[in-house]
Parts: sequence; structure tokens; C-alpha cells
Amino acid sequence: MAIPSYATRGERIWHWVFCTLCALIFLFLIGPILVIIPLSFNAEPYFTFSDKMLSLDPEGFSLRWYQDFFTSDEWMRAIKNSIIIAVCATVLATVLGTLAALGLSSRFMPFRNTIMAILISPMIVPLIISAAAMFFFFSKLGLTQTYLGVILAHTALGIPFVVITVTATLSGFDHSLTRAAHSLGASPSRTFFRIILPLVTPGVVSGALFAFITSFDEVVVVLFIAGPAQTTIPIKMWSGIREEISPTILAVATLLVLVSIMLLATLEMIRRRNERLRGLTPS
Amino acid sequence: MSDSSVPATSGPEGLTTADGVPLKQSLNRAVRRSRLKALLLVAPLLIFIGLAFVMPIFDMLSRSVDNPEVSTYLPRTSESLTHWDGEGLPDEAAYAALAQDLEAGLKARNLGRVASRLNYEMSGMRSLFTKSARKAGRMEPPFKEALIKADKDWQDPDIWRLIKRESGLYTASYYLAAIDRQFSPTGEIVEKPEYLQIHVVLFIRTFWMSAVITGLALLLAYPVAWLLATLPAGRGNLLMILVLLPFWTSLLVRTTTWIAILQQQGVLNDMLVGVGLIAEEARIQMIYNKTGTIIAMTHILLPFMILPLYSVMKTIPPSYMHAARSLGAGPVTAFRRVYFPQTLPGIGAGSILVFILSIGYYITPALVGGQSGRFITNFIAYHMQTSLNWGLAAAIGSILLVVVILFYLVYNRLIGVDKVKLG
Repeated sequence: MAIPSYATRGERIWHWVFCTLCALIFLFLIGPILVIIPLSFNAEPYFTFSDKMLSLDPEGFSLRWYQDFFTSDEWMRAIKNSIIIAVCATVLATVLGTLAALGLSSRFMPFRNTIMAILISPMIVPLIISAAAMFFFFSKLGLTQTYLGVILAHTALGIPFVVITVTATLSGFDHSLTRAAHSLGASPSRTFFRIILPLVTPGVVSGALFAFITSFDEVVVVLFIAGPAQTTIPIKMWSGIREEISPTILAVATLLVLVSIMLLATLEMIRRRNERLRGLTPS
Repeated sequence: MSDSSVPATSGPEGLTTADGVPLKQSLNRAVRRSRLKALLLVAPLLIFIGLAFVMPIFDMLSRSVDNPEVSTYLPRTSESLTHWDGEGLPDEAAYAALAQDLEAGLKARNLGRVASRLNYEMSGMRSLFTKSARKAGRMEPPFKEALIKADKDWQDPDIWRLIKRESGLYTASYYLAAIDRQFSPTGEIVEKPEYLQIHVVLFIRTFWMSAVITGLALLLAYPVAWLLATLPAGRGNLLMILVLLPFWTSLLVRTTTWIAILQQQGVLNDMLVGVGLIAEEARIQMIYNKTGTIIAMTHILLPFMILPLYSVMKTIPPSYMHAARSLGAGPVTAFRRVYFPQTLPGIGAGSILVFILSIGYYITPALVGGQSGRFITNFIAYHMQTSLNWGLAAAIGSILLVVVILFYLVYNRLIGVDKVKLG
């Protein structure tokens, strides 16, 4: 992207215009997320910067919204629910999805494309339709307003991510490794745990992270099939935004931004480890 | 299902394995075994998705044509109306059957369901039913006069035609309602009165706004993706974080921050007032309307446009552009004739993806869309939760689903679903 020395004046101007443009777009992308962090320390119950904050007066800042969050029974219950549901859904989705991805990557798999399309469908169908459909069906089975119902629904929503990431990892998988293991006398289960699993772990872990965040951040389906007992963080935020806009939501939002930064860092670590394993220099 | 990957047994037919089985047979057996093994690995997930996702979807599709109310809760009436030709008024037997059904329905307390079902088709039916049912127990033959005396609407042949039409187990009327049509009393399909036409407008608005959002996202994504693809890896990765962080940030967080920024007492308006660009009284309403939906959704969907564009641009060797330039093309021509055409697959992938995601969005339009920025999805939720007209919700949902599946098939054809890149 550096300007070559022979660039004309017009090209130089264009280069700077282009860079400014990109900077503005990056600002658009990241700005909103950065704005919310200082706002969550507002001492006043508003969604905007007070004069005291702008003049960096320490009195303008406070931790009251965080205190609000951590001392509220309702929010704590919501966080507990979110974690229980997301962890259960992630475990289910990861186990089922990884097994299926192993089968799908076999060259003997019949109807591969059709099965793949069915397994990916929860990602494609608009959430409101999935939510309505699951509501009708689950209420017949008595699964609405139960943890099991929400967990099963979130498992279905998380599965495409596991299937996609694990199949992607397996597509670069060298099958002669398993043949070598077999011919050296390893049992199928030993081959799986000692050869296949370590190599696909990065795909499994990032699929699991996707499934986790999908469940942790999901509103629409919970809105339809959960009862008051299964209230999750996103549901609390949703009703908070719609009814009484309290800056406690901004504190929660900031904490959630921290969660996503941690997830992003974990994924990046996995990517680097994976590249090292494949004998590339991590970039 | 092709076995092309299996090596053909080209050797002489007589070849056998050590235990005397013909080689071909043994190979076939091995293939069958591998196929079974692959299927067994996929089976648990396939069954799970079938039960927890595919069946619910089909259940919803069936609800959009399901019509059990009239035949279940007015069994005698619908039975006796099968012989009626729809001309004039039905005979005494039908009136008698109705009086019986009303009385039975009142006792069993399930008359409300058929009454509200018929009320979807013709307003006033609910009150007609409740009013007549209260008197049905004391009626004496001839029931025709008794019912008409209870409410003179019973001498309106249109009401009888409606009951006869909706006695069927399946109905098209939810789909008609979803596209603002209805059956006329004589059974033709006609437009609804203008003040009741809301769904088509919402469908068009959803598609139109999704197209605008897709276009804006493409406009913003293209330069950024180009920058990311041409920068040296180190700096490129650093900037990539600025794309990935919003991608990984909770949808509700991003919607909340747009509320904080755009609302009248929000950050942006404060800034504009602060620097004196607008007056205190003239704060701009940038949210709870179309603008709010478009800005917030462009922000939310932008990474889904950048990532596919980036992965395509990454594969275009920079030497092509250098070659074009050294052969005498100006920067614009070189871009237009050499670079741009090669990015078309990325543009297609990103645009279809963003468009599909956009027309199905519910949360953001519901929170920041106000009246004018609502999507058709908000109406599905409305019919599910408030008006409780589940058949209509299912019909609107099915239409939306079909549109999404059509676009998805195009996407699959162009890109392939297993090529979806995540992060």
C-alpha cells in the first residue's frame, strides 16, 4: 500500500483520500464499541457523556452501574442461566457436530451435499422462523419454558458452526496418517484419540467457541420458548432496552465486549498454534 | 453417490484375497463398510437436527394451511352444509345443526376458537357467535326463525358461505391474508380494503431496505477489504482485529451502542450541538425510524461483507495490476478491466449473504426501527405474541422462508455452502 516513488501527484492525492476513507470506515466499525466503554462509567443515569465526564472530572465517573449489575439477583440469575444453557448446548453441539464432520469428510459418504445442507440449515433459516417453528413444536412436547427445550434449541443453532469449522479442518487432513496408524497396528479408537483428535482440535475448539457465543448471545429463540425461569443475559438486555433504559445495560455491554475480546484472542491463539503445527511460520 | 474414487479392479477376474474371496467382492464389501461407518457417524446429528429443527419447520409450514376449527367445533353444521349449494339460505336442518353446535360449544367452552377463527375472515363474527350462543339453549324449532330472531345476520348468505368454505381441513386464507388478499363472499380472490393492506408493503419495505443495507455494506466493505488484502501481513492482521471485534461482539451490545449514539439526547446529537452545527431545539431524530435500522444493520452486517471480499481479494496476485499498468492502462482502466472483474465472486458471496441475513433480522429493527423501520419479521412476532393469529404468522414465515431458501440455493450454486468462512 506504500506509494511508489514514481506516483503522479493525482495518485498521491488519491492515496491519501483512500486512506482517510478507510480510516473513517474503521472508525464506523469500531467506534460504537469504544463509545460504550467510557459511557458505562457515567455517574449520571444517562446514555450520553455528561459535562463532568468531558472535563475528566473524577466525580463524573462512577462504578455504580457495575455495582448495580453485580448486586442484582435478577442479573446474576440471568448470567447463571446463560452459562448453564450455553455450556450444555456447546457440549452437545460439539460432540454431535464433530462426529458428523468426521463422517462427512469420509470419501465414502453418500448424499454428502444434501446432508451438509440439512445440517447447515439452522444457520440459514431466519431466527424468527426457527423460533416460531420451535415454539409450536416444542409446546406440543411440553418443552417450552424448560431448560431442556432452550438447550436443545441452542444446540441446533450452534451445530452448523461446529460442522463447518471441523469439516474445514478435516479437508486439509492427510488421510494417509490414519492408514499409517492402522498399518502400524493401532486400533481405531487409538488412532482417533492419538492421531485424528490432536490434529482437528483447533477446528473443534473454534467450532465450540462459535457454538458457545451463538447460544450466549441468542435472543429470539429464548424469547419464544423460554419461561421466566430461563431468563438469560440477552433477554434481560432486550427487555431493559425496550422498557426502562438503565445504564446498567451499558455496564453489561462493556463486560460482554470484554468477553468477545477474550474469545477473539483465544481464536487467534488457536490459529497460530494450528499454523505452527502445519509447519508454517505464524504471521 | 459416485464410486469414482474407488480404484477399478482392472486385474484378471480370478484374483482372490488370502482367504479365497474374489478381490472385487472383498473390495465392494470394504466400501460398503466404510459407507456405513460414515453414515453411522453422521446419523446421531442428522436425527437430532431432524427432530429439533426440520420437523418443527415442517410443523410450522403445515400450520399455515391447517384449518381444523370449523369442522371440529361446528361438526354438525359443517356436515349439513356439505349438501348446500351456496345459493340463497341453507335449509332448516343446517340452522338446527348450528343451534345444537352453538349450545354444545357454549357448554364445552370452545366456541371462542371457532369464533376468532371466523373473525379473521369477517369482522363481527366473534360477537355474532357469542351473542347467538347465549340464546341457543332456549331456542325451539323452527331454528331458522329462532336464530334470525337472535341475530338478523343469520339471514346473510355470505356468513353461511364463509362457514361452508372454512369447513375444509385446509385453507388458503392465511396465505391470502399474508399477501393482503381475501376471499370475496362468492369465493373469488380479491384485494383487502386498502386500510387493511399492510403485509405487502412490509414485504416490499423489508426487501428494499435489505437491498439498501447490502449496497451500503458493499460500498463500505470494498475499500477496507482491499486495504486489508494488500497490506503486509503484520499490519493487515492488526487492522483485521478492527473487523473481527465487532463481528464477535454481541448483537444486543451493538444495537445498544447505536441507541446511545443516535438518540436525540445521545452522543452524536450532543456533539453536533456542542460544536454549534445544530441548535439545541433542532436535535435530529436519527433512530427509531428507517435511518436507525439502516445505520445499525449496516454496522452489524458489515463484517459479513468484508470477510468474503477479503478472502477473494487475497488470492488476486498484485502482479496482474502491475502488468496492466505497465502495459499502459490508467489506474481507473486497470481497476475496472483487471481487478474488479476478479472480485466479482466475492461481491456475489458477500451480497447474497448480507441480503439473506438482513431480510431475516428481527432484533435490531424491533429495537431501533420505530414505526417506519420495521421489517416483516416484526409482524411475524406480532402475530405470534400479540394478535395470536398463529396461522397467519406461519404463512408469512413460510413466504419469507421460501425467499431465503431461493437465495440460499443461488449462494450454494455460486459459492458452495461448505466454503462459508468463519472469522
